[in-house]
Amino acid sequence: MKIQPILQIVTPAQWIEAARSARDSGGRLVALWGTDDRDRDGRFAVLAAFATLAGVSVVKLPLQPDEAYPDISGLFTPAIRMQRALRDLLGIEAAGARDTRPWFRHGGWRDDEFPLRRDFERSPPARSPASDYRFVRVEGEGVHEIAVGPIHAGIIEPGHFRFSVVGEKVLRLEERLGYTHKGIDRRFQDFSIAEGHRLASRVSGDSAVAFQWAYAQAAEAACGIEAPPRARWLRALMLERERVANHLGDLGAIGNDAAFAFALSQFMRLKEDWLRWGARAFGHRLAMDRIVAGGVDADLAEPHAGELLALCDAVEREVRELRDIFDESSSLQDRFITAGILTPAQAREFGVTGLAGRASGQAFDLRADLPCDPYGVLGVRKVVYAAGDVATRVKVRFEELAEALRLIGEIIRGMPAGALRAPLPHPASGAFGVGFVEGWRGETFVALEAGADGSIRRCHAHDPSWQAWPALEHAVIGNIVPDFPLINKSFNLSYSGGDG
Amino acid sequence: MIPIMLKILRTGIVTEQAPLPEPQWASRATQIQDEVLRLLGRALVIRQVDAGSCNGCELEIHALNNPYYNIEGLGIRFAASPRHADMLLVTGPVSKNMEQALRIAYEAMPDPKLVVAVGDCGRDGGIFGEGYATCGGVHSVIPVDVTVPGCPPPPLAILQGILTAISTAPRP
Repeated sequence: MKIQPILQIVTPAQWIEAARSARDSGGRLVALWGTDDRDRDGRFAVLAAFATLAGVSVVKLPLQPDEAYPDISGLFTPAIRMQRALRDLLGIEAAGARDTRPWFRHGGWRDDEFPLRRDFERSPPARSPASDYRFVRVEGEGVHEIAVGPIHAGIIEPGHFRFSVVGEKVLRLEERLGYTHKGIDRRFQDFSIAEGHRLASRVSGDSAVAFQWAYAQAAEAACGIEAPPRARWLRALMLERERVANHLGDLGAIGNDAAFAFALSQFMRLKEDWLRWGARAFGHRLAMDRIVAGGVDADLAEPHAGELLALCDAVEREVRELRDIFDESSSLQDRFITAGILTPAQAREFGVTGLAGRASGQAFDLRADLPCDPYGVLGVRKVVYAAGDVATRVKVRFEELAEALRLIGEIIRGMPAGALRAPLPHPASGAFGVGFVEGWRGETFVALEAGADGSIRRCHAHDPSWQAWPALEHAVIGNIVPDFPLINKSFNLSYSGGDG
Repeated sequence: MIPIMLKILRTGIVTEQAPLPEPQWASRATQIQDEVLRLLGRALVIRQVDAGSCNGCELEIHALNNPYYNIEGLGIRFAASPRHADMLLVTGPVSKNMEQALRIAYEAMPDPKLVVAVGDCGRDGGIFGEGYATCGGVHSVIPVDVTVPGCPPPPLAILQGILTAISTAPRP
């Protein structure tokens, strides 16, 4: 499988070289994380995963306890926040990094305590006082700041946005995230490999399937097994269902943010029909806990298969009708077209993947580029445009929704019979695997290192929002403040997924 | 405009029956009275606070606004400010990074200051538990009236939790 890399142990010079070579070959930084190996060899390590059209590569740089690693944010901009997060959690630093402000640590634990160190006390003493966070100031005549959050004005996840504006025009947006940081990476170590899918389901609830599948891939690679064919087809069915559910919800919510409440009612009604089928057939509306290491914990039988085919037809027909209404609505198009442009150059710079990337010319889709079973057989039509505005992200959603419905039909008709789960042996301590899945939002990555007796020594889950959040700061520049909710919704990034 | 009107007419009204309150979920021993709609003489106003959830609960709270549940039709609406709210609907294990914001929102809310903790995380931290980054449930930060179990609880259960809090709230 092309997505299973060999873990390469590198020197500091090779670390930089790996990043440079990935960048030169048009690759992207998937994730950057670290681990505490002092119990084994007295050292920490920083790891990075890169993706190119040829596959995934993972490099690991061991570090002496007080040694810094070379900063790669000059080669890959998205490394900036990942390196800041790594400093907060593990206490290892990128040498020469310009932005050394904390990212996850808002004062909930002391700045000399590092939760991912193996000797970290689980119940830290009193919290330290919330430190002042230095936002970048924009100065000039008539410039003022608007501070929003962490609690936002709707049913939304928390985060802080600091706008610098002149009149209504946004000069700069700076995000401060981390409010939903739950310590997921650390928490994984309390689970066995066989149980970790439950936590993976809840890295970002709207991407439960993507994370479960990525987790299962990583666990299966570490254990040296493969899920049975029928399980893999069922996983694809769940993943495409998750894509449809989220696209339906987003199309309604984006319409609503442009004062088109009709869209919200219609799309949310379709989404509810869709989720209720999930509750009936799989026993869970969001398919949490249904993909396990080694297979799946669900099956598809009649009458549910026939019901889903009929539902796909109905949704396809109604969405086509609603798309015509969107296209004919001049008030909607006026809000959508040219709002929140993310140029292809910016999307490339920030390594944006998924639907937001494909709306800005980033022609990556793991289902087509590095297809795992059954996508190789199904053949996924990639949807790629370059305009990068709200209208284009809406268009990509409409077309990917139609493609997902087609795929679901193909999956139901072509699904092989057979076992749902393979036995999960205990891997050797130190066995390593990754999972890489094209979730509805983008590239969803999990890296897992096994401990002794089927335990998890280290598991890192990475949401594509890491790459897209910094890009959003640029997409909003020059737009008016009242368009921000619309632009933000058109990306619909995960707070929880990035906060971890 | 005509296609929109036709679509609305053809769709019809899909709103379903509201559920009855679930007395067993009340986490304090106040009288369970048959006054479910007592406060609904005027709108009940809710401020939802995500205190570190995985966003699964938010998806289901959003669903309450869909036409099947039609929560606004029952006289319940969501507000942007806790100062306008009768109730906080709180999700998440309460991350350490949201602890202070949750407390400020609670203090800003006028009486009757109802609090419904949604989901297993809101109950006791759920799968995330209590750790360096989580407080382990809403009750560990602010007083809770009703807890709705589930991961995430389906929309109907969340609605039941809201109605339970109303029906068990002390009379003004």
